[in-house]
Amino acid sequence: MPSDIEDPIISLRGLTKRYRGTASPAVDDLWLDVARGEVTVLVGPSGCGKSTTLRLINRMIEPTSGTIIFDGADVTKVNPDELRRNIGYVIQKVGLFPHHTIGDNVATVPRLLGWKKPKIAARVDELLDLVGLDPSIYRDRYPKELSGGQAQRVGVARALGADPPVMLMDEPFGAIDPITRERLQNEFLRLQAELHKTIVFVTHDIDEAIKMGDRIAILRERSEVAQYDTPERILSFPVDDFVSDFLGSGSTLKGLNFERVRDVELAVYPKVRGDASVAEARRVLDDADEKWLLILDGRGRPLRWVHRRDLRAASDGDDLTAMGNRVRANIEPQATLRDALEEMIQSNHSSLVVVDGSGSYLGCLDIEVVTSAIHRMQATARKHYADLTADVPPVDAALLTESSDPTGTPDPTEAPDPTGTPDPTESAGAAPS
Amino acid sequence: MTAPLSADEALPSLIDVVEETVPASRRPHGLIAAPFMLLAAAGVLWWHVASADKDSIELSALSWSDKLQPQIREHLALTGWSTLWVLLIAIPLGVALTRPGLRRASGVFLTVANSGQALPAYGLFVILYMWKGRGTQTAIMALVIFTLLPVLRNTMVGLDQVSADVIESARGMGLTRWQVLRRIELPLAVPVILAGVRTALVINVGMAALATFTGGGGLGDTINSGLKNSRELVTLTGAGITALLALTLDWVAAVAERLLRPKGL
Repeated sequence: MPSDIEDPIISLRGLTKRYRGTASPAVDDLWLDVARGEVTVLVGPSGCGKSTTLRLINRMIEPTSGTIIFDGADVTKVNPDELRRNIGYVIQKVGLFPHHTIGDNVATVPRLLGWKKPKIAARVDELLDLVGLDPSIYRDRYPKELSGGQAQRVGVARALGADPPVMLMDEPFGAIDPITRERLQNEFLRLQAELHKTIVFVTHDIDEAIKMGDRIAILRERSEVAQYDTPERILSFPVDDFVSDFLGSGSTLKGLNFERVRDVELAVYPKVRGDASVAEARRVLDDADEKWLLILDGRGRPLRWVHRRDLRAASDGDDLTAMGNRVRANIEPQATLRDALEEMIQSNHSSLVVVDGSGSYLGCLDIEVVTSAIHRMQATARKHYADLTADVPPVDAALLTESSDPTGTPDPTEAPDPTGTPDPTESAGAAPS
Repeated sequence: MTAPLSADEALPSLIDVVEETVPASRRPHGLIAAPFMLLAAAGVLWWHVASADKDSIELSALSWSDKLQPQIREHLALTGWSTLWVLLIAIPLGVALTRPGLRRASGVFLTVANSGQALPAYGLFVILYMWKGRGTQTAIMALVIFTLLPVLRNTMVGLDQVSADVIESARGMGLTRWQVLRRIELPLAVPVILAGVRTALVINVGMAALATFTGGGGLGDTINSGLKNSRELVTLTGAGITALLALTLDWVAAVAERLLRPKGL
């Protein structure tokens, strides 16, 4: 698998782990680079060797052969205990020391490294604050008083103890209920945006991988890398059946999570303010040569969609704000295209009005834009792989532009076609229903 | 919350300790009451012996300064030394047998230790007497063999029940094997190990009464002389003091278990 990672912080070179008395190795000749400051997710079915791979990195399991490069140095033979003090380690079952207070648990590695007491105390409070636990309440408590979610927060704080550049996390949220898991995932992402640690994260849950990962390695048996890339590209272009099966149905839709409304070109519809006359409205609509006109209020907020025939039927003195259909489907620029598509399907509109935080009109998002975004992402990913390998036939460069006709692009996934719901060819005309 | 017993004033320090470490539902009322009951029992025994009419044999056998006091001292020495040796042998052995390299040998050792306890105690003394001759050392050796098992087994069980996740996370943070043993495994195994030690201690007090047959001294001398001379009062006194010693040491060990149990468990 070609890799475009420059200056990796961890490099696994031909790593193999063979257990005595087993026919095939648990990890077989693994080559993997981990990018600095990114979240790299190892994901794969149970028993594919992803946890073993993680534990090879900090040598909780000693490799049978191969080399581990950590920050430019070969650490395959160094003292593993000292190596581990520079690598945070979080496991699914947390493993807090039950006879140590929460503060002492968090202080474990700083103490091993011989920090001074005041520095350790300050660091403990800082870390508990960081993971959202009030130090004055929790510092002197014992782990048995914590809920599962709180225990894992302490686990993360403890792993961050001496500010290691790298953290290894083995299904850290796997044993936590779905609601708490989602909250912890979001907090983790918020933390990571602040800390920029290099994180190697193991999960069997592809959705968690897509959510958490800057880069995902999809592993099959014996830790063989099936595909290693950004989640966007993997979703847009699964390299083989194993990957697309593992991604499951709906991977195209999941890909839409990575594109935001503000990143695509918005459609422009003619618009007038609600206090304008019918004659003025007719003129604006005629100039634009469109079927629909958007009526805004005095502060630029969208009020109503008015069709050409509404205006034709109206008499000169009529109130524009009483005609046509009320604008119901709005979306903000930071929403993802997935959110937008969902809103379109729910509201049965093929066009959404994009408004800013205060509700002012910015433009319109047509379903055509969403579908072409899908195809553009797929074409981009395809081209990326075409450039990297000769196996994939090159694509028509025209497909890479947004305006091109998307229907010709072959769909590499078997995901349901989102364009099937509302008909994109009638999007402009059918905007309000 | 205050302790509901009148012992509140008599034993303020113990109650303070207990209040801090033990939730209300697990307050050891028995631990506080036990010394008073022991004192009462000792008083009854003393009153019974003091008020009885005694002949010269009884007077001589029950002399506090010539017989009972030195015998109690010998008895405690036998118990103390044998328990100490058991700790010195069984705990390191238990630690060694739970390390990855030696784990496979643990079955053999447990079987051997088990047979030590399965032997009739009296027979064990006789065998060692034939091998090593008379003396305190022979008695101590018999006691050690007899009580090795509970401490060895509890050490191994105590270490084995430490959660694998706790050890994994400790190793993952860079604690050495020795640090994991000392800071994590042993402290977490303390309650179970101490329970084994307590068992050993109580067995040793009782078994030390047999030391008299190998010339080891102790309260067995008094019991034996009472039996030989058909003086029930003497037998009762020796047996009674032995029982009181056993109960007292059991109480001391129970208090130690409470105090040494790591917080947070």
